[in-house]
Amino acid sequence: MTNSISLSRRGFLVSSGAAGLTISFLAGCAGADDNTPAAADLPPNPEVNAWVHIGRDDVVTIRIARSEMGQGTLTGLAQLVAEEIEADWDKVVTEYPTPGENLARNRVWRDFSTGGSQGIRSSHQYVREGAAAARMMMVQAAANEWGVPVGECSVSKGVITHGPSGNELTFGAVAEAASQLEAPSDITLKDPSTWTIVGQPVARLDTADKVTGAQQYGADIVLDGMLLASIKAAPVRNATVASFDASAVEGMPGVVKVMQVGDDAVAVIADTWWRANKALEALPIEWAGGDRFNSADFEAELDEGLTADEAAIGNQGGDVDIAFAEAAQIVEATYNLPFQSHAPMEPMNATALYTEERCEVWCPTQNGEAALAAASRASGLPISQCDVYKQLLGGGFGRRGMSDYVAQAVLIAKEMPGTPIKLQWSREEDQRQGFYHPTTKARVRGALDENGNLTGVNIRISGQSILAGIMPQAIVGGIDIATFQGLASPDNPRTADQSLKYTFPNFRMEHAMRNPPVRPGFWRGVNANQNAIYLECLMDELAVAAGRDPLEFRLAHLQDSPKSAAVLQAVADRSGWGSDDGKHRGLCAFYSFGSYTAACAEVTVDENGQLKIDRIVAATDPGHAVNPQQIEAQVEGSFVYGLSAMLYGNVNFVDGEVQETNFDTYNVMRLSEMPEVETIVMPSGGFWGGVGEPTIAVAAPAVLNAIYAATGNRVRELPLNYRNLREA
Amino acid sequence: MARLHVNGQVVDVEFDDDTPLLWVLREQLGLTGSKYGCGVAACGACTVHIDGMAVRSCVYPASAISEEEQITTIEGLSEDGSHPVQEAWKELDVPQCGYCQPGMIMAVAGMLNSNPEATDEDTDAEITNICRCGTFQRVRRGVQLAKTKM
Ligand code: FES
Ligand code: FES
Repeated sequence: MTNSISLSRRGFLVSSGAAGLTISFLAGCAGADDNTPAAADLPPNPEVNAWVHIGRDDVVTIRIARSEMGQGTLTGLAQLVAEEIEADWDKVVTEYPTPGENLARNRVWRDFSTGGSQGIRSSHQYVREGAAAARMMMVQAAANEWGVPVGECSVSKGVITHGPSGNELTFGAVAEAASQLEAPSDITLKDPSTWTIVGQPVARLDTADKVTGAQQYGADIVLDGMLLASIKAAPVRNATVASFDASAVEGMPGVVKVMQVGDDAVAVIADTWWRANKALEALPIEWAGGDRFNSADFEAELDEGLTADEAAIGNQGGDVDIAFAEAAQIVEATYNLPFQSHAPMEPMNATALYTEERCEVWCPTQNGEAALAAASRASGLPISQCDVYKQLLGGGFGRRGMSDYVAQAVLIAKEMPGTPIKLQWSREEDQRQGFYHPTTKARVRGALDENGNLTGVNIRISGQSILAGIMPQAIVGGIDIATFQGLASPDNPRTADQSLKYTFPNFRMEHAMRNPPVRPGFWRGVNANQNAIYLECLMDELAVAAGRDPLEFRLAHLQDSPKSAAVLQAVADRSGWGSDDGKHRGLCAFYSFGSYTAACAEVTVDENGQLKIDRIVAATDPGHAVNPQQIEAQVEGSFVYGLSAMLYGNVNFVDGEVQETNFDTYNVMRLSEMPEVETIVMPSGGFWGGVGEPTIAVAAPAVLNAIYAATGNRVRELPLNYRNLREA
Repeated sequence: MARLHVNGQVVDVEFDDDTPLLWVLREQLGLTGSKYGCGVAACGACTVHIDGMAVRSCVYPASAISEEEQITTIEGLSEDGSHPVQEAWKELDVPQCGYCQPGMIMAVAGMLNSNPEATDEDTDAEITNICRCGTFQRVRRGVQLAKTKM
């Protein structure tokens, strides 16, 4: 197979000066390297296979299908590939194939979507097999060249050696011959015990440009002749544009065009974004219809769901009703969690270039193929005449799995054929047009016998289903199984990686679906974040009611999940749980995205009831730890995300409009609030768990339980907003 | 036409009077390292230096800057990414998505300009930049490592 598809438009070098900008396109994968004198006269090497290109200068270019948004997947996947081909890690670079290339090549790179902490755990097998095949082909090519049996050849750090003769060939020298060989069918992967790159805390491959400003994001794209667009979609869901007075802003400096986009949005196009956005803000727009939703009023509907007769059952065992009927003591509480916005640092954006023959989009996306489909739909061109060039994401957190902003950019570009249009959302637009982490409430109940043994657990979740909002076809029998993340049954293959790890004699997990007219979305951690609060605060309340130590109480029900018990014990031991040092601690253990996680939080609450989170000890067992230092970074960061939500996160709708439209009202955690996070990465091997999300879930419950330890008060409604925790 | 000193160079550039410095840098001078995150001085992604002091350029009118003032952006912090803060950042792999990091680095470099002995407490008090990926812990360590390289 030859490397015939043009890879040339995915990246740019932008040279800047006070005068205009010039752009030169990178020459694609085979041209960016191959610049050694010896190689200068030869044509570039073809790819070895879809996963790997090796230049004549031995630079190993690894193709990465999943999106990098800070979570480190790019480096982790490259480690997996480099490991199996036995590459010299110092010669490894990466590139993204485009979704269009994937389709044209019969989806050789398979799934592009990046969410659910799936980047590595759902692709490691075929990615490693592809890499191993490339290695075998290169060794075969070397053996052919020498006329020796493959079995006499070994390979290490990009060099193939023939043992008996001591002859050596580098990957770059055999890549072309290797590319002509049949792909092997019998592939053996390296045994994890022999890994030298996977499992190492290697530095990220994408750091250098991020500290100099050279790293290009979607927001930074510059194309020749490009115009800039700012957009305002209906601030109320399901409202449409009634009218707008373009003449009011058409004379403003730089304004080129004022246009309606679809039914529900208006955009201004200008020579700079600042001018486009200024004119948009001055543009009179009337809206029609829409759902004048009030989140405060929705509470009543959620409350009704807490006790409604009808509810989906996601997981159950024993007879919980008998357990409660016979209980010596019942603990019951209601927890209440609000809507959240993703708020990645880089607001949504996409750059589109439309002609009658072709539609191209440059954008940060977690789902390149969905973005491609959106470009095709919006442009009206067949998918084969469209492509998407993925840009590094300035944060995703699930928001960029949606392609609404891509479609908007294409709709605008379609009105201006031949002119590249960069659509940049304002922060306000980003906050208003979210796919929000849904609000849920839960009534949590536990039954204890006269000896303080737990006999029954019942969690009734009331609230929005994400799947009902964005993937209704995934709802089976009226049940949104994803709502039960971390509480679900291990017997259902769809939920085995999100299953309940406690063994309870009698239990029932229920969901009364109550859907507000708000777009829900997958928000980093998804329902695990809420469910961990429900389950793990209940466990804490029960331990206290039973007069038992919260660690011992939990461990007593983790007898069937030694990995869960191990992470919990690890954080307890490291944090000094049980010592009489006067510190106030709270625990949490949870299983989600295939990983076992736990946290112990240490807090101080002063005499005015003000919280200070002093220290977090967190542990994760993700099975295989591809890059321990990046796992630590994800754990540290996930506490910022989870604790920001606990402290501040809240999106309020009043008459259908989001009230928190920028960081001045949608506050998030800052450095001064950041506790020291000590991360224990304890991979037990043999499975592949997620990393980017699971530890978010344990952040809030550990802190909430520590607040109880410090004050004797339970916080059951978030966000905390630094209320006086000494007031009951 | 206004004359600005940016990263050691003199540039003549035309802009509307109310244009924030951020957009002059990004859209007219091609210096896209400084980022737009909020536009209301709440996040720090747009942080640059004016005469060595960190400012949030998204609310700083370019027209308020005199010819004498020296503007430094992330692109001009060092020639080759070798400023002590940049070196520390690379050593600790501080950035995740990296979008906030030009602003974060400029804010930290600005703090160290005026307070080369900054402690963790100083960092906590002075660096109010938002990082949604949550790199704060490594930022804190990065400040201390950068101090040793100054
Ligand atoms: S963009 Fe300037 S502070 Fe946020
Ligand atoms: S590194 Fe992503 S926002 Fe800071």
